[in-house]
Amino acid sequence: MEEMIKVFLLGKEYTVPATLTIMDAMEYAGYKLVRGCGCRSGFCGACAVVYRIKGSTDIKVCLSCQTHVQEGMCVGQIQSFPLNKRSYNMSDIKPVDNIIGQLYPEIYGCIGCNACTKGCPQGLNVMQYIAYAQRGEYEKCAHASFDCVGCNICASRCPAQISHSAVGLLARRLTGKYLSPHCEHLEERVAEVASGQCTAAVEAIIGKPLEEIKELYNKREIEK
Amino acid sequence: MYTSEMLASMKNVEKTRNERLHAAISRMGAEEKDELLQEFHPDYRSSGFQVLKVGPNKGSKVPVELAELLEGHSRLHSDQLDLNQVDYDVDVLIIGGGGAGASAAIEADNGGAKVLLVTKLRMGDANTMMAEGGIQAADKANDSPAQHYLDAFGGGHYSNKPELLEKLVLDGPLAIKWLSDLGVMFDKEQDGTMVTTHGGGTSRKRMHACADYTGAEIMRVLRDEVSNRGIKCIDYAPAIELILDDKGHIGGAVLEDLDSHEHLVVRAKTVIIATGGAGRLHYQGFPTSNHYGATADGLVLGYRIGTELIYADAIQYHPTGVAYPAQIYGALVTEKVRSLGAQLVNSEGQAFMHPLETRDVAAASIIRECTARHKGVPALDGVALWLDTPMIDILSGEGTIAKRLPGMLRMYEKFGIDLRKEPILIYPTLHYQNGGILVDSQAETKVPGLYVAGEAVGGIHGRNRLMGNSLLDIIVFGRIAGRNAAASSAKCELGRLTLAHIDKFEAELKAAGIETTVVAPKLLPTYTHGRQARVEK
Repeated sequence: MEEMIKVFLLGKEYTVPATLTIMDAMEYAGYKLVRGCGCRSGFCGACAVVYRIKGSTDIKVCLSCQTHVQEGMCVGQIQSFPLNKRSYNMSDIKPVDNIIGQLYPEIYGCIGCNACTKGCPQGLNVMQYIAYAQRGEYEKCAHASFDCVGCNICASRCPAQISHSAVGLLARRLTGKYLSPHCEHLEERVAEVASGQCTAAVEAIIGKPLEEIKELYNKREIEK
Repeated sequence: MYTSEMLASMKNVEKTRNERLHAAISRMGAEEKDELLQEFHPDYRSSGFQVLKVGPNKGSKVPVELAELLEGHSRLHSDQLDLNQVDYDVDVLIIGGGGAGASAAIEADNGGAKVLLVTKLRMGDANTMMAEGGIQAADKANDSPAQHYLDAFGGGHYSNKPELLEKLVLDGPLAIKWLSDLGVMFDKEQDGTMVTTHGGGTSRKRMHACADYTGAEIMRVLRDEVSNRGIKCIDYAPAIELILDDKGHIGGAVLEDLDSHEHLVVRAKTVIIATGGAGRLHYQGFPTSNHYGATADGLVLGYRIGTELIYADAIQYHPTGVAYPAQIYGALVTEKVRSLGAQLVNSEGQAFMHPLETRDVAAASIIRECTARHKGVPALDGVALWLDTPMIDILSGEGTIAKRLPGMLRMYEKFGIDLRKEPILIYPTLHYQNGGILVDSQAETKVPGLYVAGEAVGGIHGRNRLMGNSLLDIIVFGRIAGRNAAASSAKCELGRLTLAHIDKFEAELKAAGIETTVVAPKLLPTYTHGRQARVEK
C-alpha cells in the first residue's frame, strides 16, 4: 500500500499518495485543471503555486508540476500574475542610452533583499541579472536570465515591484538582435536563396525517379 | 534516487563506457530498417488503429483515439446560436497560440489585417515551448537546401509532399534570419558562426540551437512580439466549431470561454488552424512529451467541414522519453543528448545501435531491445534502457552538459539525478503527429479561406519527421499562412454565416451507423493518477 499524506489544496483537505507532484495531487483530488497547468515538464511557467507547511511561518513558492507534495502542505495557486510589461518596437530601440532603465525604471528600486533569487524554481540568480540590467550589461543579463520560464514567482515576491522576467526578455532580445556576433554565412545563404540560386538543385532531386533518389539518399556522405 | 536493481544494471554501463567511447557503431541498412519498423514500430500494431466510416478520409485508418473524436458529435447544435450576434469581427482569425500561430499573427499584422488570435490555454502554452534540441536550416558552406531536402525526404520514407518540403528547405535560412532579427539568441561562435550539430538522420550539422531551450526561446520572443504589436489575443477560449458562409467559404469560428463557459461568435474572412498536435490522446497508452492541450482539436474542426487528412496514421514516438522518475514520466529528453555523443545502452552495457538513426528507427530499435531481446532495465511501467549521458562531458570536455543542456541537467537535478555522473533511463514517448490536414504550398486547404500551419499540417515531413524540422516548419508555414490569409481577406466578401455542416455531418454519422456519446474536440485530457472512482453512499 502506498504512503498517503494529508494536504490542503486551495483550502480543502485531501488525502493523497506521497509520491505525487502537487499538480498530480490536485488531479488525484478530482480537479480538472484549466488554469495553472501547461507543459507539465517545468518549461512553461504556468503552474506556480505558493504554499506553507501547516503551522510553519515560512511561505514557499514553486512550480507545481516539479514539486512533491509533503505532509501538511497548504497550497494556493498563482494562476495569473499581473506583470508590468512595456511595449516597444524592436526596430526602434537599440542597446544604448540605458534603454532598459528607461523602459523599466523600477529596476533601480531594488533593495537587495534577494527574495526573487530565493523564490526562483530554476535556481537563477535573479537579483544579479537585474543588477546587470541596472548597469547596462545587457549580454550578461541575457545569459544570466536565459533559463527563465516566466513563472513570475520572482515578481510576486518583489517589494520593489519589478517585473523581472520582462526585463530579462528585453535584454535577451537586444542581445540576440544587436549584441551577439553577426552571422556572415547565414546572410550569404539567405541572399543565395533569394536570388534563386538554390532552387534548381532542389528541383533536380524532385525531378528524379524514386529509385535514383533512394540511391542518392542511401549513399550520401555523412559529415563527421 | 535509483533503485538497487537499476544501480546493479548501471554498473554494466559504467564497465563498458571506456571501450564504447571511441568504438564505431555502424548504421543500419535500408532493408534492415524496414524490417525493424514493420516488426516493432507502434504504427504497425493494427490494434492501435481504426478505419474511418465517414468524412473525407472514409476508408483509411487512423489511431483509435483519434477516430473516436473525428467521428464524434459537435459540442453545438446547428441552431443553438444566433450567428448574427457577432462578438468579434475580424479579417484573420488564428486558432492556436504556439509558434505557428504567433508567426502567422505577426505576418498577418504586417499585411495590414485585423487579427484575432485565440488559444485554449495561455498564449505560448504549446509544444513549441517544449521543443528543446534545435531547428534545422541549411546555412553553412558545406550544406545546401538540396542536401536538407534529401535528408528529410529519405527520413520521411520518400512520402513527403515535394512542394511542401521544397518550401521548407528553401525558406529555412530565411526563417533563422527572421528569428535572429526578432532577437532570438542562437548559439554562436565568437566570430558569429552558428554552433550546429547533427540530428538523427541528418547528413550535415545543421541543427541550430539556443542551449536546450530552443523552442522556449523562440516562443517567448514571438509572444513578446505579438504583445508589442498590440495584436488582440484571447486566452482560455478554444474554438469548438468552425463557421462557413452560405457559399462554402470559411466564415469564422465559435469559441468556448473556459472561464465563463459562454460561447463567442467570431466572424472572420480567413481562418488559420494552428492548434498543434495530439500527444494528450495517449495513443496505444503511451506517455507523451506533449503539452497539456495537445488534443488534435484542429484536425477535428477541419474534418467536420470536409478538409482531408494525410498520414494521420503516422505517429512519431520520440526514442528518448523519461522512463524514470515518475514525476517526469514521458517528458522529453532531447535528441541533442545523442547529438552530443551519448549512446543508447542496454541492461548488459551494450551500445546496440548508432545513436543517430532517424526517430522511428531508433524508437523501434529500443522497443525491440526491451521486448524481443529482453535487455531492458525494470523501471516504472515495464522496462527501459540507459542513455549514457556521462559520455558527453568525457568526449567534449567537462562543462559541456552544463553549457549545452542546462534544461536537461536541471530537470533531473530536481529529482536527485546528476546526469553528468549517472546515465538516465529512457523509453519511447508519444511526441509528434507526422500527419495532419492537407494543404497546398500556400498553406491553404480546399475550403476557401481556411489555412493551416504547424503540427496540424500533414505532408511536410512525410511519415517520419526529422529532429529540428518542426520548429522550422512552424516558422516557415506560419509566416506563409499569415501572409496569405491577410492578402486573401482583403479581397473577401463574406456571405451569410451558417453552422449547417453540423447537421450534414450528424446525418453522415447516422447513415454510417455510428452511435457514440463522444463530443469533440476533446479540449483537455482527464487524469486521476490511480484514484478509484468515488462510491456514493
